[in-house]
Amino acid sequence: MSVLVFVEGFNGEIKKSSLEAATYGYQVAQQLGTTATAVAIGEVHEDALAKLGEQGISKVLYDADSRLNQFVADAYVKVIAKAAQQENAKVLVFSNSNIGAAVGSKLAVRLNGSLATNVTTLPKTDGGQFIVTRSVFSGKAFADVALTSDVKIIAVKKNALEIANAGSGAATVEKFSADLTDAEFVAAPKETIMQDTSGGVLLTEAEIVVSGGRGLKGPENWHLVEDLAKALGAATACSKPVADLDWRPHHEHVGQTGIAVSPNLYIAIGISGAIQHLAGVNSSKVIVVINKDPEAPFFKAADYGIVGDAFDVVPKLIEAAKALDK
Amino acid sequence: MKILVCISNVPDTTSKINFSGDNKSFDKNGVQFVINPWDEYALTRAIELKEAKGGTVTVLNVGEADAEPNIRKALAIGADDAIRVNAHPKDAYFVAQQIAAIAKQNNYDIILMGKESIDYNGFQVHNMVGEMLGIPSITPAFKLDLVDDSTARLEREIEGGKEVVEVKLPFVASAQQPMSEPRIPNMRGIMTARTKPLQVVEPVAGEAKADYVSYSKPEKKSGVKMIDAENAGELISLLRNEAKVL
Ligand SMILES: Cc1cc2nc3c(=O)[nH]c(=O)nc-3n(C[C@H](O)[C@H](O)[C@H](O)COP(=O)(O)OP(=O)(O)OC[C@H]3O[C@@H](n4cnc5c(N)ncnc54)[C@H](O)[C@@H]3O)c2cc1C
Ligand SMILES: Cc1cc2nc3c(=O)[nH]c(=O)nc-3n(C[C@H](O)[C@H](O)[C@H](O)COP(=O)(O)OP(=O)(O)OC[C@H]3O[C@@H](n4cnc5c(N)ncnc54)[C@H](O)[C@@H]3O)c2cc1C
Repeated sequence: MSVLVFVEGFNGEIKKSSLEAATYGYQVAQQLGTTATAVAIGEVHEDALAKLGEQGISKVLYDADSRLNQFVADAYVKVIAKAAQQENAKVLVFSNSNIGAAVGSKLAVRLNGSLATNVTTLPKTDGGQFIVTRSVFSGKAFADVALTSDVKIIAVKKNALEIANAGSGAATVEKFSADLTDAEFVAAPKETIMQDTSGGVLLTEAEIVVSGGRGLKGPENWHLVEDLAKALGAATACSKPVADLDWRPHHEHVGQTGIAVSPNLYIAIGISGAIQHLAGVNSSKVIVVINKDPEAPFFKAADYGIVGDAFDVVPKLIEAAKALDK
Repeated sequence: MKILVCISNVPDTTSKINFSGDNKSFDKNGVQFVINPWDEYALTRAIELKEAKGGTVTVLNVGEADAEPNIRKALAIGADDAIRVNAHPKDAYFVAQQIAAIAKQNNYDIILMGKESIDYNGFQVHNMVGEMLGIPSITPAFKLDLVDDSTARLEREIEGGKEVVEVKLPFVASAQQPMSEPRIPNMRGIMTARTKPLQVVEPVAGEAKADYVSYSKPEKKSGVKMIDAENAGELISLLRNEAKVL
């Protein structure tokens, strides 16, 4: 028996959230007295795969089929199911991404396994149980869930654990493939269109997020958000009305009905802090709020706050951020 | 065109979340339940497609009788009929099994859901149902159009971009904004909803694979540290030296 981790690539490198999943997989393997194998699909540099040894991965099964450079759910499921069978994997680990959760859900059916998404802790395995903690009620609570099937499938919430350096040298990379037929490609994307990701930082992967609300008055003032984000190496986000007003694209909208983010640092500028907004950002480690209204509800959820006009305050922050030595 | 829309009955977005004294169950006291917000995008898009192409929209909930006010609300918004599988929805796998069983009996062309429930945040029922039925599941989609009577074109969000997918019917998709603009029921809708059929069926044998043991709440923040707007730059050094996040 072993632990299998699915790692996702982005621009040939391994996503930060997948390095977290690899760390998780290795730590579970240690708990269970076994080893962790990774499986990678599509366009990922082989040296990046070998470096997974740093997270404790001993072997990587790599399917380099170029048809899988884009996400083809049924094909990915077939490849990972075959890897799970070959490795006799009893625990499968994914990151809680749109891809990871989709593949994990389908595998739960195919492998007759128990699935937990949005997982924030390593399992408690005493007494033969397997209990993990999940983030539920849109970040307002946690639930402890016992996974009762023989096969356990876990999608790890982003930024829930630190990437570890187990330092066990390079992982061996083995070529791997499954017999794919046309059936796996009936719902293959016709096209995959990547956005211009603000300075290369993906919102869902970002360690720092700078977010703007209606208090910024209009799209013409977004240079404040963008310049601060650039100075800090952050991704940009916005509140729902800002996306609804078309000041910013919808994929930047965070909150209960938008994207949920959990960066180390979330900076909210001119956002009131409505409960639905908080639901998407409340698991950020440190929250900074800049608002001209001292009564804005967001201050109650913040770690640091500045009461002031964004148009005065943010330029000062940009200046101070630029002056930081990297 | 026969469309099935699966709706989940969830605490209103403004709810304070509390648990029973032993932390073993969710405390429904004083909580207002609504149609899961993501499911409203699915429901409205289904109604728009019906209005454009003809057909029927059926809503389905796996849950107990207390979900009926929201099922009626979906009928008031414009669905034609409803099915409630009379069961306590124990976990996502159990719910998916029930939905798949209903789908097998009725040959829907499109099965629409929300991206995820805002209570258990699973993001999984749609993909499980697709897999159980052996049909594609495209999730989360923010655009859904029919190319012709047998083909749909969807745009699906992936991290950092989007995919354009064309699939033959039938398929499963889950909705997120801006797929549609959710509607508020009007008086006429509310009146007609009372007489639309709501069929209550017993569950098929199903199995839960996750057992919810207990709940807890996040630690409260220790309080906010305020920085004077005049010295705003000081925030940056606090973030580096005190919070250690820069
Ligand atoms: C079902 C449902 C789901 C929802 N989902 C989401 C969601 O996912 N995400 C989301 O964000 N919202 C969501 N909302 C909307 C939410 O309730 C709020 O309306 C929204 O978050 C408010 O956005 P805002 O803070 O940008 O704007 P406002 O509430 O208008 O706040 C603007 C803030 O800017 C401040 N301000 C004004 N001028 C300045 C200045 N010069 N300098 C500094 N500060 C200034 C003001 O004091 C105010 O606090 C949802 C609502 C519902 C009902
Ligand atoms: C311990 C426990 C107690 C629960 N108690 C209740 C309760 O008292 N009342 C109650 O109504 N629910 C209850 N639920 C069920 C819960 O609301 C969900 O239906 C179920 O757990 C699936 O959640 P998910 O987050 O995995 O769904 P997701 O995979 O996030 O949901 C995706 C989509 O699937 C569809 N969907 C999800 N659930 C249902 C459903 N039940 N019926 C129809 N379509 C659905 C919706 O379109 C939804 O947007 C309970 C769940 C658990 C685990």
